[in-house]
Amino acid sequence: MLRIEQLTKIYKTGDRALTEVGFTVPKGQVVGLIGPSGAGKSTLIRCVNRLVEPSSGQIFLNDLEVTDLGTFELRRARRRIGMIFQEYALVERLTVMENVLSGRLGYVPFWRSFSRRFPAEDIAKAYRLLDRVGLSDHVDKRADALSGGQRQRVGIARALEQDPELLLVDEPTASLDPKTSRQIMRLIVEICRENELPAIINIHDVVLAQQFADRIIGLQAGRLVFDGPPAHLTEAALTSIYGEEDWAAMRKGAAEDALAEEEMEREARKLMRAV
Amino acid sequence: MSSQDTTTTVPVWQHRMPKTRLALWFFWLLIVATFVYCWNLMTAQTMWVFVYDAPTAAADLMSRAWPPRFSYMERLWKPLWDTINIATLGTLIGIMMAVPLAFLAAANTTPSRLLLRPLALFCIVTSRSINSLIWAMLLVSILGPGILAGILAIALRSVGFIGKLLYEAIEETDISQVEAITATGASKGQILNYGIVPQVLPAFFGISVFRWDINIRESAILGLVGAGGIGARLQASLNMLAWPQVTLIVLVILATVVVSEWVSARVRHAII
Amino acid sequence: MSVANLQTFPSTWKKPPQMIKSRRWRIILMIGAVCYLTLALGSVEINWTRVIDGIERGQRFIQGFLEPDFTTRWRDIRSGLIESLTMTFTSTVVGVLISVPIGIGAARNLAPPWLYLICRSIIAASRALQEIIVAIFFVALFGFGAFAGFLTLSFATIGFIGKLLAEDIEDIDESQAEAIRATGASWRQLINYGIQPQVMPRLIGLSLYRLDINFRESAVIGIVGAGGIGAALSTSLSRYEYDSAGAILLIIIAIVMTAEYLSGHLRRLVK
Repeated sequence: MLRIEQLTKIYKTGDRALTEVGFTVPKGQVVGLIGPSGAGKSTLIRCVNRLVEPSSGQIFLNDLEVTDLGTFELRRARRRIGMIFQEYALVERLTVMENVLSGRLGYVPFWRSFSRRFPAEDIAKAYRLLDRVGLSDHVDKRADALSGGQRQRVGIARALEQDPELLLVDEPTASLDPKTSRQIMRLIVEICRENELPAIINIHDVVLAQQFADRIIGLQAGRLVFDGPPAHLTEAALTSIYGEEDWAAMRKGAAEDALAEEEMEREARKLMRAV
Repeated sequence: MSSQDTTTTVPVWQHRMPKTRLALWFFWLLIVATFVYCWNLMTAQTMWVFVYDAPTAAADLMSRAWPPRFSYMERLWKPLWDTINIATLGTLIGIMMAVPLAFLAAANTTPSRLLLRPLALFCIVTSRSINSLIWAMLLVSILGPGILAGILAIALRSVGFIGKLLYEAIEETDISQVEAITATGASKGQILNYGIVPQVLPAFFGISVFRWDINIRESAILGLVGAGGIGARLQASLNMLAWPQVTLIVLVILATVVVSEWVSARVRHAII
Repeated sequence: MSVANLQTFPSTWKKPPQMIKSRRWRIILMIGAVCYLTLALGSVEINWTRVIDGIERGQRFIQGFLEPDFTTRWRDIRSGLIESLTMTFTSTVVGVLISVPIGIGAARNLAPPWLYLICRSIIAASRALQEIIVAIFFVALFGFGAFAGFLTLSFATIGFIGKLLAEDIEDIDESQAEAIRATGASWRQLINYGIQPQVMPRLIGLSLYRLDINFRESAVIGIVGAGGIGAALSTSLSRYEYDSAGAILLIIIAIVMTAEYLSGHLRRLVK
């Protein structure tokens, strides 16, 4: 469970990124965090594992106050929080396996990670996760040899290798095509369901958010302006987050995307049967 | 043509504003004036007789220096081996000193911005400003003539070169990869090992091989000031005015340089 | 996440070799490297008594560096410095002026093959010969003094700027040159409109960079009699006058640092 209270972040430049944001994410809930660019979505997510230092307010992860930890305890806390990044943020010149194993860095001493001799159960777990995300054949490839969708799957495996109690997901689909975006979102949500993981998914695509999240939180200029189930995200609510826009047309376009995808899958299945 | 049209129909169009043109003109004038001034200062002591005499001197030198004395080659193998050792060992020692310095000097890895970073930067700048030949003179004067002075001279000069390029490479690493490793709860050492080192490793190898190539060139002449290698033979031959030997030594140095350039290009190509 | 599930996956993993895939080659290279290092280190003769004597001299040098003596040899330092600076400036100007036509001639996309070959060999000759060796010959031909140094540095500048300029011209955006060619421009107009605007900022940057290098080199070629501050440094070091040597080194470092700072600033301004 994650609890955020009165979170405020003011950058050194004086920019106010977040103003007194507060909400609670119970176990197993997938939260879609939406808002225009510059609304503070990215800052909010990074405040949770303190990649960005909050200016004031508190964050609790299962009763542990994250905002009050020293360097060592912070590392302890970070290893319980998995994070998935926008541009995958894999270490490109390392192999897929090393990237997944890097999820265990908070658990193993330096010399073990330096000599790449991770405990047997960590390695078995990495193999299992790579199998789960469908990359069993790419274990020894270098990360920069993979396609965008595959890289994001490695990113997911790395986050899960940490045995996280919370997933932070920063724009997982920003650099992917519509079809791959759906697949990745589906995978993330499925995994959260399997493990009862709470997750905050920061996403600019409203339709994807509505389709996959249990709950939507809307940020506008660093303030929380919407919090509710996807069904309650009316045009009025969207306008309060994003400003005036033709939402009906946007939804229609997205619906067509989804239809096209379904059709393609149907075609593929037909082909399979024919073979 | 359209450009002609514009110049005729819109007569006020000019390539540059009058003010910029004036400034530019003044700038060129300044360069010419400085050049003339410097030229006069520089040539104040020049004996023009020698300069006018240069073509005959050149012809004379050529006739004395050609053909190269190939039989001298047998006495060049050992100095050549020494030259290569000076370059290689010097590069290795330089790398050993430069790597920690680079991590101290890079803004994103330095443990202390106020104390260690300026200190590391100062070491790098000092090492870079002093030519390896000067380092060699200094070390010969301190340690006595020999290969050791040469190796250390090459090492001390390489530190700045490798250190500078490496710390720039470290500063240019992709932050998002480092951020991702940080987010897993990794310690400082692990972030370095997993987030930064893989990113700078190709640059590191490239820089080292490049510097080795330069060092082969430089170690060939260190002997002129007594730091061993083939340059020592050059110095001896020059002192005896044995020009055919000088020609041979210059040819050998040229060949070594060409070979080392080829090797370094191949290795760099293989790495990247 | 059941235990039974875990056991179906391998529990060991070894990083595959990244650079040299063949195991045999890795071993051969390893042994080769070890053999070379032992041989090389073995051939380094160290005269320990001389080194131990040197420690005291080293201390004196550091002391001299910390308490430099500018006054005793000020006349030598002053004239050497003037020679170095004038030599640096004039040789850079002349070198750049000569290297521009040579650089254009050495660009494959502009020059005919015969011109390309000539220009490339000039560049190769200039780059392959170290400044100090060129200086030895120029001193033999033109006598001792700054004039030989000036010629040396100009010659070295030609190779440096010529090569980088030629590469720059070969790397230009072809479409811009194409567009100028399409207007029916002559070869000279093509250079002026299609090439010059693209490479001019780089050329200025390179010239400033070379100015920097030429100063550093001017401090060295004095050792073989080609003028400049190197001669003063060489004498003071051979006479073990470490306080004067320290003063000269400090001056060199200060000028190099200022030059680097200024040229970096100017290069940013030009961009």
